[in-house]
Amino acid sequence: MNQSVPSGPFEKFTHRVWKFFASVKLSVIVLLSLAATSVIGTIIPQNANPVMYVQKYGETLYTVFEALSFFDMYHAWWFRLLLGLLTINIIICSIDRLSSTWKIIFPKKVNFRAGRFRKSPSRIEWDSDIALGQLEKTYESYIGKHFRRVKKEKTDTGVLLFGEKGRWTRLGVYIVHFSILLLLIGGLIGSLFGFEGFANIAEGDSIDRITLKNSGREKKLPFTIRCEDFSISRYDSGMPKAYRSTVEILNNQERLHKAEIRVNDPLRYQGINIFQSSYGRIPEDNFTVAFTDPDSGMTYEKTAAVGEKIEMPANAGTLIVEDFRNNFSFRGHNIGESFVCRKIPSEAENDEAFGGFFAIPIAYPRFDRMRGGDWVISIENVAFGYYTGLQITRDPGVPVVYAGFITIIIGCYITFFLLHKQVCIELTESGGRSHVMLSCVSGKNRPGMKTAARRLARRLKNLQNRDGR
Amino acid sequence: MITSSSLISIITFVYGLAALLYITSWVFKKELPGKLATATTIIAAGGNLIGIILRWVESYQQGIGHAPLSNLYESLVFFALCIAVLYLFLELRYKLRVIGVVAIPLAFLAMAYTSLTVDSTIEPLIPALQSNWLIAHVITCFIGYAGFAVAFGISILYFIKSGRNASSGGLTNKIPHEAMLDELTHQMVMFGFLFLSVGIITGAVWANQAWGRYWGWDPKETWSLVTWLIYASLLHARLMRGWTGKRIAVLSFVGFVAVIFTYFGVNLLPGLHSYQ
Repeated sequence: MNQSVPSGPFEKFTHRVWKFFASVKLSVIVLLSLAATSVIGTIIPQNANPVMYVQKYGETLYTVFEALSFFDMYHAWWFRLLLGLLTINIIICSIDRLSSTWKIIFPKKVNFRAGRFRKSPSRIEWDSDIALGQLEKTYESYIGKHFRRVKKEKTDTGVLLFGEKGRWTRLGVYIVHFSILLLLIGGLIGSLFGFEGFANIAEGDSIDRITLKNSGREKKLPFTIRCEDFSISRYDSGMPKAYRSTVEILNNQERLHKAEIRVNDPLRYQGINIFQSSYGRIPEDNFTVAFTDPDSGMTYEKTAAVGEKIEMPANAGTLIVEDFRNNFSFRGHNIGESFVCRKIPSEAENDEAFGGFFAIPIAYPRFDRMRGGDWVISIENVAFGYYTGLQITRDPGVPVVYAGFITIIIGCYITFFLLHKQVCIELTESGGRSHVMLSCVSGKNRPGMKTAARRLARRLKNLQNRDGR
Repeated sequence: MITSSSLISIITFVYGLAALLYITSWVFKKELPGKLATATTIIAAGGNLIGIILRWVESYQQGIGHAPLSNLYESLVFFALCIAVLYLFLELRYKLRVIGVVAIPLAFLAMAYTSLTVDSTIEPLIPALQSNWLIAHVITCFIGYAGFAVAFGISILYFIKSGRNASSGGLTNKIPHEAMLDELTHQMVMFGFLFLSVGIITGAVWANQAWGRYWGWDPKETWSLVTWLIYASLLHARLMRGWTGKRIAVLSFVGFVAVIFTYFGVNLLPGLHSYQ
């Protein structure tokens, strides 16, 4: 960094840029902007279905929000820009101030200026009958015991005692800033080289591909995960006590590892973490699809499985049971476990012809009447198995982030609770009485110096009274 | 033997009494109600602590033993204790009873809220909460929140003091000097900030343990970060730009609103900080 006074226009410009990034005003603005914008993502659900957004906000607002990346705002360019600004600000700010802090911490020659202490608002003065020499001895031993550096100066009218400690604590704030950088770097490493995905595996099934959370893309794992068993245990009240998945790690049918995964007790394998995240029921094949004529009440039953095509009675078309949901939201109401179906009209040319999706809730067999179709469809005799919902992540940035966690705690503690403190006691004599002036100073705008001076004065008075007797 | 929930209900009234005594002492400028207020607060805090321990014991008697820090009721009761203990420490150190006028009503409100609206039955821990990180996370967060609550109370005193200075001398005389209030706010914010940081960090480590990510921008996480950022700005404005007085009091006020929202308001937002 160029500390000299800028001369040419280019130097003037770089100097101005440097000062801009080194300013605390910028820090405060960026911190408050981060706080204010972060709120957006807590009000607008993130990474949800676009259909849901259009329903909730309408077409116009949706387009505006989409353009502003409000639906994935923590990864938006402008949010990253704010984080980038914060990073640059922290780095430049710290470099800018470190050299002067360094000079304070490691000065070539320690100098105390009595004038600074005499003007300090923390100044406390009192008189004492105890002789000056006696007071000097008492105070000097106290300061010597409680401060690291002690200095004594004779003045024309008496004596000055200086004490100083905790100079190194001025580095605390740099430790905090460094730890913030560690957190940001760790987060960056995680987003570049890590992933966060999930997979639902039915009991007995295995997968080697997971769905990534943010992009929705698929990712292949270096191994296969097989879910052997999923179970829930419950308290007497019926509340869930534990979710447990027994899984196997396989490579080409060869079993590499077997483990039980519970919430708060994940499996870590080859740097990949596998967590118990959710569970659900899935219908087994061969459930009954019933078609009822709304007028005559005549019912036809057919056996089906998810993904199967069913010819509807009276040549009404083809029904496809597309999917099963543990919860289905119908006009804002949760209608519970439902099959999602699609009807291909009989006159359609191919299977892709869109006949519209609709839900058939298991709990409400008459629900489909509302649709007003040729046939009222209900699904019955469903047998269920479980699937386990696993969260699968890899984050090589975690050690860096954890290092940041530890240093930020240490740094905050040093910055807030250990002070660089200087104390000065001036002893003078007038009219046969000793006069004491005591004051404490610290870095600029540091609170607590008055209280510190008051407490020190109280202690010294106690000591002087004891020693004086 | 008395149950924890009835003891905690009684303690709510003891806090209420203490708050009244602090206010009486302030309004009528009498020393005696002040001393009684201090004694009452000590009793309330002691009873509060016993209530928490009792609840802990009861949970083991029911065979679902866990530290009583697992739901809104338990956290509010613990919050009240944190505020009371932190305030008593301040009173001891600075001999300023007038802070009790604003701090103890906050403890009372936290307790009263539990009696009025929150279910006090002891529930077993759902799987997501079965972790030792729960204790570290909740304790540190609420100690931090208590620091911010007291800072908020002191900021209120600041507004009273600076706003009414000219007109009514009487009541504001007993409020310490603005510089002193400013300093106390700052100290409480630093205290709260350290503990909030540790609270967020223990939460992050726990989240990494349970969900495989230390940060997920879930509304509760995000709001705790918003709170952290507001107080971080306060500290920077104060230490580096020399902000004092009213501007700091305003930031401390805004910060505490964020604390409250992190605590209660997040339940109104989409997304879940709970896990079934």
